[in-house]
Amino acid sequence: MSPSAPSGGDAAVSVQLRSGVYADSVKLMQVSRRVGARDGVSAVLVAMATPLNLELAANMGLAPAGDASPEQLLIAVRAEDDAALADALADVDAALAERERSTGSATAVAHRTVGAGLDELAPDSPALAIVSVPGQYAVAEAADAIAAGRSVLVFSDGVPVEHEVALKRAAHDAGVLVMGPDCGTAIVSGVALGFANVVRPGPVGLVAASGTGAQQVSCLLDMAGVGVSHVLGVGGRDLKEEVGGLATLDALAALDADPATERVLVVSKPPAPSVAAAVTSFADGLSVPVRSAALSAETPDLTAAVEALLTDMGLDVPVWPSRPGPAEAAVPGAALKGLYSGGTLADEAMLIAAPALGGIRSNTPLEPELDLGTDLSASGHLVVDFGDDALTVGRAHPMIDPTLRLEAIAGVAAADEPAVLLLDVVLGYGADPDPAGALVPALRAARAQKHLPVVVALIGTEGDPQGWSRQADALAAAGCAVFSSNAAATRYALDLLGASA
Amino acid sequence: MNLGNLLSGPPSIVAAGVDVFSDALRAQGAEVADVDWRPPGFGDPDDLAALALDTRRAAANRTAVERLLAAGAVLVDVRPAREVIGLADRMLLHSGPPLEWENASGPMRGALIGACLFEGWAADVEEAEILLSTGAVTLDPCHHHRTVGPMAGVTSPSMWMWCLEDPVTGGQAFCNLNEGLGKVLRMGAFNEEVQARLRWMRDVLGPVLSKAVRGSIDAGNDPLDVKAVLAQMLQMGDEGHNRNRAGSLMALRELSPSIVAVEGVPSSDIAAVLRFIGGNEHFFLNLGMPTAKLALDAARDVPGSTMLTVMSRNGTEFGIQAAGTGDRWFTGPANTPVGLFLGDYGPDDANPDIGDSAIMETYGIGGFAMAAAPAIVRFVGGTVPDALATTERMYQLTLAENPAMAIPIMGFRGSPTGIDVLKVARTGWLPQINTGMAGRIAGTGQVGAGLVQPPQQCFEQALVALAEEARKA
Repeated sequence: MSPSAPSGGDAAVSVQLRSGVYADSVKLMQVSRRVGARDGVSAVLVAMATPLNLELAANMGLAPAGDASPEQLLIAVRAEDDAALADALADVDAALAERERSTGSATAVAHRTVGAGLDELAPDSPALAIVSVPGQYAVAEAADAIAAGRSVLVFSDGVPVEHEVALKRAAHDAGVLVMGPDCGTAIVSGVALGFANVVRPGPVGLVAASGTGAQQVSCLLDMAGVGVSHVLGVGGRDLKEEVGGLATLDALAALDADPATERVLVVSKPPAPSVAAAVTSFADGLSVPVRSAALSAETPDLTAAVEALLTDMGLDVPVWPSRPGPAEAAVPGAALKGLYSGGTLADEAMLIAAPALGGIRSNTPLEPELDLGTDLSASGHLVVDFGDDALTVGRAHPMIDPTLRLEAIAGVAAADEPAVLLLDVVLGYGADPDPAGALVPALRAARAQKHLPVVVALIGTEGDPQGWSRQADALAAAGCAVFSSNAAATRYALDLLGASA
Repeated sequence: MNLGNLLSGPPSIVAAGVDVFSDALRAQGAEVADVDWRPPGFGDPDDLAALALDTRRAAANRTAVERLLAAGAVLVDVRPAREVIGLADRMLLHSGPPLEWENASGPMRGALIGACLFEGWAADVEEAEILLSTGAVTLDPCHHHRTVGPMAGVTSPSMWMWCLEDPVTGGQAFCNLNEGLGKVLRMGAFNEEVQARLRWMRDVLGPVLSKAVRGSIDAGNDPLDVKAVLAQMLQMGDEGHNRNRAGSLMALRELSPSIVAVEGVPSSDIAAVLRFIGGNEHFFLNLGMPTAKLALDAARDVPGSTMLTVMSRNGTEFGIQAAGTGDRWFTGPANTPVGLFLGDYGPDDANPDIGDSAIMETYGIGGFAMAAAPAIVRFVGGTVPDALATTERMYQLTLAENPAMAIPIMGFRGSPTGIDVLKVARTGWLPQINTGMAGRIAGTGQVGAGLVQPPQQCFEQALVALAEEARKA
């Protein structure tokens, strides 16, 4: 009991009996003492309703009305006003719920599930789960996070779309976000998850249904001196009809509520038209301005979208860094050989080049009739996405393991067909620590065999572990023309083909 | 939408899967806790996903656990089985899932024979065997009658039973009286020593306890709060299954004033009753088991819940039931416990796992509260750190911590309770059970005590059935 607390007729009093709750007497004395020490609280008795404790309560003027039994928990509080009483009762609940952590164990038992791991975290702290287990098992781990009231980033691919929808609905109901499945890129409060670049903090939030697309945009923003608040990946299927933008809408709402975010850019491959419309109308209702950088034949490329955003913000568009490489003789009529590790970047290259070149064949074609099938070394214009799921089964992503792409480069060099090579090189966390180191010998060998101009879209920042300039210099020294913008790289390759877009 | 404060600062991260991502996060100075993820111990991935995505599951499991935790248990009566559960003439209850005489194990046969002799239905072993093998005596699981019985669990109409009531739901649960250790019916012994003790329990112990319990209540005293005794014994070094020393002494303390006050009984009988209780360290087990049974029965029949309501064995098969699948049994061949043996008995003498007493683990004590019983740890094979690790592992199989069953050495954390079939499948860890060991051959009695786990098969079947229910919902 606090001696300084006032007593009198205007005090606020609560006397409750709860069934089904039990704690030992020592714990209850501790709870009583803790709550009794609060300002504005004059009397507290939290105890099992035994005859002795009921007598104590009666002596304090806090006897419960009606019958009480010893299995019930008596919670009796007197405070100076209703606010102090409400606070005290909330503190009783908090103190009862608090649990000490085990300290006796000599060997800590590892957590086998995401749920067990999340149980250990303080309830209100920012936290999320990352799931990169085989796709068929990812659902249970992701569901654990949602049940714990935490957002989850699902790297795993191979999650059926109906499971994705079920997870995202459950997440929406729980007020959390499912990033993914098959989500490789996110940045949350400066923490880069998966394949992401070291970019400065700033006011632009990204919602991305495209990993390398988000990397391109965030790197260009960084080069323009503008930082990102968060990059929330939502998975490549989120804006398709089946999923209906469930995570995109929730990510937009979260960025709208985030004080650090002043502008939002939605980066994606072509969305389903109905979903795009729903996202636009949802975005119109938010207070944060939202701009779309959705790739399609009708919309600007990613670099142009970034430039438009900079203009919105009243900023100058910088000259995007590049290394021109040697003066190359153009090879009019040659074939464009785009060998990509990033799916969105491959799409962007095809969207820019197709109007100038006509149909471009691909393993991820713009039109189904352009499907390359399994013959990745076919003649004519083609763009291969080595990051496509069909090519990563049983091997690491080409951003880590360059083997397949190096073979393809050698194949282009060995063929009689005149060609211009277009590549992306993606830097940042999760990527090869020195991608130029692996590419340069292969490119030198290829260029020794025949006249083969090489154009590189180098996606990264100076802050990345690999360093944009270091990698660019190494590639330029091997005879490559290097651009920080994939759109600019593609256009340069078209110039070399004599087919400017 | 604030995503649970996700964007309010650099997040802590719990990572399951490949290490590369955690390493990259650590390189950035982020706080990362890696999950020691393994492919699920069993279960079809589609079934696991169906359960993980069942929108009923979280609320259903919360309901089941809340009912389990809320249930209480007070001792309201002691009565013969024929009166309290209407046990008919020529009917015997046994532990575990349903069982036929043909596949009954040695100790189960011994106990059934002993009960036929005790009830006077047979004059000798041969006659008893004929009654049992021809179906002239009906067998039924204890669990089908709100009853639990340790080891063989054989309960006959004349045996006296503890009658417990849950003040919250008004539910009732029953258990026979504990006979002590060594050559006892529940371990499959049935000789004259066993028969004499059973007769004395029928003629002296039962009536005295009955008068004591009812007399005390009639005199206006509160009935004995058995759940509170269970809670206290965990603080005193018992785990409530293989070690009941403190609980038995507390029960003796609570009951003795009213036992002494029983009128019309020779003081030598009163003394014998007190001596019998005081000399039997497992006396309380038969009060603890119906306490657990009441709590788990309260959690029955919650559609969508993946929580277990029964783990039990009949000496041949291990059986489980789940809250989401009602009375259905999921069974597999019982394992044989590993542990320490009495005298010169050895592993070859031990019968496969037997008894309803795994209800204690289903409730979250016994093997789940191993950390609470340092004195028993070596007896059931292991060190104190092993015991702590066992309890830590069981937290990952369960849905809740029982605040009423605090374990001092775990920082007074509540015992892990509410076994989740889905978590069992995902972790691949099976529930840990502390148990006694009966002799394989009928008539032997107890040969030791140790540790055992359920066969995975039961959980595989339960998972399939629960997933079917989830898909139908």
